[in-house]
Amino acid sequence: MSHTLNGIAAGGGITIAPVYVMGASSLAAPNKVADDENHEAQRLRDSFSLINHGLRQIGDQAEAEFGRPIMTIRTLQTVINDPAVRQLAMDMLIENHWTAEWTVEQLVDRLQKLSTIAVSSPFWVGVVHDLGQRLLSHLLQEPIPDVANLDHRAVVIAHSISPTQVVRLDRQLVAALVTDEGGATSHFSLLSEELAIPSVVATHGVTKYAHDDMVAIVDGIHGKVILQPSPQEIDQYQKMAGQYARENSALGKLKHQETRSTDGQRIRIAANMSLPDEINSITHSGAEGVGLFRTEFMLMEDARFTSEDAQFAIYKQVATAMPERLIVVRTLDIGSDKLVQDASYDDGSNPALGLRGLRLGLAHQELLRPQIRALLRAATYGKIAIMFPMVTTLAEFRQSRQIVDEERQKLTDEGIKIPDNVQVGMMVETPAAVTMIDQFAQHADFFSIGSNDLAQYLFAVDRTNGQVAPLLQTLHPAMLRSVLHVIRQAHNEGKWVSLCGNMAALHVAEPLLLAMGLDEFSVPSDHILPLRHLISGLSVRQLQPLLHQALALENADEVEQLIKHSLPELYQAEQN
Amino acid sequence: MEKRDFTITAETGIHARPATILVQTASKFTSDITLTYNGKSVNLKSIMGVMSLGVGQNAEVTISAEGDDEKDAIAAIEDTMKKEGLAD
Repeated sequence: MSHTLNGIAAGGGITIAPVYVMGASSLAAPNKVADDENHEAQRLRDSFSLINHGLRQIGDQAEAEFGRPIMTIRTLQTVINDPAVRQLAMDMLIENHWTAEWTVEQLVDRLQKLSTIAVSSPFWVGVVHDLGQRLLSHLLQEPIPDVANLDHRAVVIAHSISPTQVVRLDRQLVAALVTDEGGATSHFSLLSEELAIPSVVATHGVTKYAHDDMVAIVDGIHGKVILQPSPQEIDQYQKMAGQYARENSALGKLKHQETRSTDGQRIRIAANMSLPDEINSITHSGAEGVGLFRTEFMLMEDARFTSEDAQFAIYKQVATAMPERLIVVRTLDIGSDKLVQDASYDDGSNPALGLRGLRLGLAHQELLRPQIRALLRAATYGKIAIMFPMVTTLAEFRQSRQIVDEERQKLTDEGIKIPDNVQVGMMVETPAAVTMIDQFAQHADFFSIGSNDLAQYLFAVDRTNGQVAPLLQTLHPAMLRSVLHVIRQAHNEGKWVSLCGNMAALHVAEPLLLAMGLDEFSVPSDHILPLRHLISGLSVRQLQPLLHQALALENADEVEQLIKHSLPELYQAEQN
Repeated sequence: MEKRDFTITAETGIHARPATILVQTASKFTSDITLTYNGKSVNLKSIMGVMSLGVGQNAEVTISAEGDDEKDAIAAIEDTMKKEGLAD
């Protein structure tokens, strides 16, 4: 009978292998009082030297391997080399006639509780614990539970794994890592991501169910562990693992690279996000930010709209997960196809043309203002940009910006510091916004073209009506001309443009968008690396004649044929 | 003697990671370097010293260096403070 546990995906793909359960590292001092404290002092000094030497080796090896400093190891070294730490240990040992082991335990306790900053830092507490275990392991001549004696490829399952244990893992033998503890942003997860070992953390008790004689499937992409899987599950995951491995070998190298065309144009590829939890997988996807955080899904999960403080906590969490990257948060875009299950909002007979998006926000500012306040407050913790949906007239955008300014002033008056540089932009989804974009560009900091809605309004086609094929229309020259117009006018005013609809992830459209000078593509996170791969093989300059030709065609089919004919290598790749 | 005052702007204060980098930076110099906060001074080359101060956000701290390379030391520490996002 198979047993599935859900945890947090810490990256690295999918693996199937026998289980190896690693015991917890909890060495403790057997005796408190020393027979001969001078002898104990010497034992402790020796342990310090030996552990220090060992750490230098582990650190050098790991840093050579990762090509960057490993902070956990650096901090461990800084602690063990601190003369004040050694002096404190010696003073405690001599004054109290303690054994070396007991002194280590007391030292760990003292260091962990040095200050409120120290106590509240899991990083510091973990590093000091790790140091204590290493010293005790040497003093007691007892090994720290380790994977050193692993003699076959296995899924290593443990309550928790310390940073020094992680960097010492033999990547040939450790097929996957699963722990009870940990979070997606813990140093362990970040390291296992670097190691490219499938990992799942925070499984809430995997060690209770796992035994050495089991087989386990570890899905580090979706955060799933299946103990004793059925033959069907094994078959299914073997296929997934093979597919992931094929994609990853080609694309994995691109994960930490910037997106650049062959003629050196720098493009940003950001991820679309619907629920706050997705930020974990997005940070590991190679995304250069979040181009569209659709807040309505999160807000609709609640019976009534989430409070300012609840929203603030969510935005803060998202901002801190990617502090260096821009996170574009779209204010609630409710209406049309995302109908609110609440009778007090009248959708009218045609919701797509009714009170939706920014219109609803402006009509019900009790919904919009708390969201803006929460976003402004969270902007201190990262790079948050505010984006308004479904803007039709300049008056609407001005009014929205005014609301942002008012809430900023109120927050400042309340003594809350808000960064000055919070960008305020808008979605371009209506033909009115496209035509008047030169005027909008004087007021908005950036634009994001919502190609799905724009196509719907441009062609007067209901995109929830299955009888029409809206995706095909995406390539229509009317769409292409609209997008190009927006990009050119925005660039005239020095503003940047993103595109966040299906068009950005449509392979045949991407070379055209690149040729138009689009600054950012915002796509589903699993599309980031394929798109980076595509762009890194194209030249913006060389695509100009193709763009010119496409704009002069009569319909979407012709555009599609032109692209496929002109860039055949792009299509062969797609059929594989 | 070289001195410089900083206001710690980082939300988490001087926590273990930036403390490690500050200590590593300070340890490259021969000058005696101290960190003073709330009337208490510690050796900036000791991570135990730095962590024991519990320097939180908005704390006003002073770094002073005394020795042959005191000017360079203060400049390097100021640089680290900025790079680590501890102070503006």
